[in-house]
Amino acid sequence: METTTMSMGTFLWTSLGAFLTLGIFSFLYKDNPFYKFAEHLVVGVSAGYFVIILWHNGLQPNLFNRLNDGNFYLLWLNSAHWWYIIPAILGVMMWTRFSHKYSWVSRWPIAMYIGIATGLAIPLEMKNRVLTQLYASMRDVQWNNFLGNGFLDNTAGFSQLLVFVGTIAALFYFFFSKEHTGAFKGVAKFGIWILMIGFGASFGYTVMARISLFAQRIQILDLYTESSWADSAPGTFLFVWFIVFGIFILLALVEFIRWLGRAKTA
Amino acid sequence: MNIFERMMSVDRRWVFLFLALVCVLTYKVDFEVEVRVTDEVRKIYNFIDTLKPGDYIFVAIDYDPNSLAELHPMTYAIVEQAWRKNMKIVFTALSQNGPGMADQAIRDISDSLKLVKTYNGITYPTRDIVNGIDYIFLGYKPYPALVIAGMGQNFRLPFPTDYYGTPLDSLPMMRGIQNYNQMKCVIDISGTSGIDMWIAYGQTRYGFPLALGLTGVMAADYYPYLNSGQVFGMMGGILGAAQYEKLADNAGSALDMMRIQLYAHMVIILFIIIGNIGFLVSRRAKNQ
Amino acid sequence: MKRQIPLALVFFFGVLMIIQYFVPHEASEWTFEFLMDWIYIIGIFALALGIWSLVKVSWDKIRLRRENWQYAIVTLLGLVAMICFGFDYFRNVFNAAGLQNFMFRHFFDYIMIPIQSTMFSLLAFFIASASYRAFRARSLLASLLLLAALIVMIRFNPYFGPLTAYLEQTASWLLNVPNLAAKRAIVIGVGLGMVATALKVILGIERAYLGKD
Repeated sequence: METTTMSMGTFLWTSLGAFLTLGIFSFLYKDNPFYKFAEHLVVGVSAGYFVIILWHNGLQPNLFNRLNDGNFYLLWLNSAHWWYIIPAILGVMMWTRFSHKYSWVSRWPIAMYIGIATGLAIPLEMKNRVLTQLYASMRDVQWNNFLGNGFLDNTAGFSQLLVFVGTIAALFYFFFSKEHTGAFKGVAKFGIWILMIGFGASFGYTVMARISLFAQRIQILDLYTESSWADSAPGTFLFVWFIVFGIFILLALVEFIRWLGRAKTA
Repeated sequence: MNIFERMMSVDRRWVFLFLALVCVLTYKVDFEVEVRVTDEVRKIYNFIDTLKPGDYIFVAIDYDPNSLAELHPMTYAIVEQAWRKNMKIVFTALSQNGPGMADQAIRDISDSLKLVKTYNGITYPTRDIVNGIDYIFLGYKPYPALVIAGMGQNFRLPFPTDYYGTPLDSLPMMRGIQNYNQMKCVIDISGTSGIDMWIAYGQTRYGFPLALGLTGVMAADYYPYLNSGQVFGMMGGILGAAQYEKLADNAGSALDMMRIQLYAHMVIILFIIIGNIGFLVSRRAKNQ
Repeated sequence: MKRQIPLALVFFFGVLMIIQYFVPHEASEWTFEFLMDWIYIIGIFALALGIWSLVKVSWDKIRLRRENWQYAIVTLLGLVAMICFGFDYFRNVFNAAGLQNFMFRHFFDYIMIPIQSTMFSLLAFFIASASYRAFRARSLLASLLLLAALIVMIRFNPYFGPLTAYLEQTASWLLNVPNLAAKRAIVIGVGLGMVATALKVILGIERAYLGKD
């Protein structure tokens, strides 16, 4: 088996990754402390990561860099760009959301944000989702090439006609302001057939997506087991021992914390 | 209890184990799955292939580790193709954990460019990828819709600095670069609703050529945009990634995963067939 | 006042952004850039609420010794550790050097990536179990769904010999014709719904975002 050589440090990190991966997979058997540990760890680490990204990529360049020619003790009012204090104050006002008495203060920045977002959305979503799509549906049907070239040609006339009729029929199905009776019911029924084919196609793609997530984990675990920290070191063997060692350490840690909890409540 | 009723009541953990065994054993056997390239993927490859050295493209790496399996191969294949052709790339990452994914991808692809490689009969020499000259990584900002709309005016509006804290104006690559008008295309690789934002707040408002790299879960939903011309190409899931790797002659993890896909799909189909036979048999027994 | 002013703000900014879209004047572009510049900053402060919620919930769990409170310690330790590494052990708070911190990167590469991607990979097993137990051709519509799914799933299977090319073409036709029609109808419906809801918000008919008095 071909092995790749890495430093001891990298080997330990990959062992940690493998341990956490197997800890999550252990949930397939049943819920257990290794899964819970990994789950809670990722929640905390992800939240911490997000805080750092928001600070370094968000607040730092967009707010503090613009105010750094001002003085903190004067609340940056002597800065050349002092007006950036105002969105900062509006942002801080959002934090009153958790107060029963002052939560009404948070409505002002929320209202500003919602107003801007909805105003931006209306013309764009109307054009993007409705007008452009309707225009694309109403193309000339190629009557002179109705059956197309070859087997089930996507560009054939009948395909274009089916797209147009199918779209209308599916829209009929979603129109609930009128009772689905008579001819309306017939069109809506054709619409639901079209929708079912669409959902089936989505399901087929979804299966591929889900399997690929597991397949990538197999690739990574395979990569881990083929790695060694020295040319002649039995990497796989050591890897397994690191996993077992890690599990014992974790079990001991969990039991110790539980013992602490019992000792305090006793 | 007949055999079908017994099969229906089997513990689901046996189903999990069977699937896991099939996937692991399939991966251990080395064979290739032939992948046929679809038009929607070919259009993206051909577009990038026709661009010239020095052209700018925008790559949005808008996915989290949960979509890494399907989307990382797309990123690797496209970015390596672009860098081998000496194009300049502006990256951004508008998902919560996207910056880390983008940072990792940039590092890994930069390392792979230090090797001489031959793709589609063309031998590419080694090259060093330099931040500020070959690429800019803008980083992350929340609320992708507003960021995408803002970048259409000026990249410096939402991103006064890049991910590493360097002011954009001090980076050589950003001289004369204002917004999407200087980009030949935007490629959004995403597993979130950020794709809808790129189409609505980006392509609809500013009219740039947009290509998508999507997870399989979302792929079927974006055919309307492909048909209407709002999107000029689309890679759907791991199959799309495998098709792109095949076109680029850069076999990577996507093509490698296809053999697991093949047998796992056959297992799932077998389960569906068995489940339905069991259902029909028990329904017939109930009717009798 | 506590409700009227926010409603007036929503109306004012909503109408302003709609007018801004249609007016190509320099003043309109300046307004857009000005508002975007502010909204990025306001939005970042809003996200801090989520982080505070997590800290509060975890702390309460530990303080009140609720079930599995020990794991809340792990959550908080992870949060504090990541913040510490991200600020480069608080040596580089006001510059982005912390983003290149060794531990920060390695925690992302060897903790976040494995756990998050593995959590979602569990779905592969659940979809297999669901296919076995729940995916039934109970009616004509369910059979249609099942058939479409099966065709899309077997499209890259090479073991059908001469039928392989026809299966691929059938799958391609399914995706580009009936699937296209279905999804287009959904897109149009969603678009109309979004525009209607956005108008209701701007006009003050929809007020759920204001919360309770």
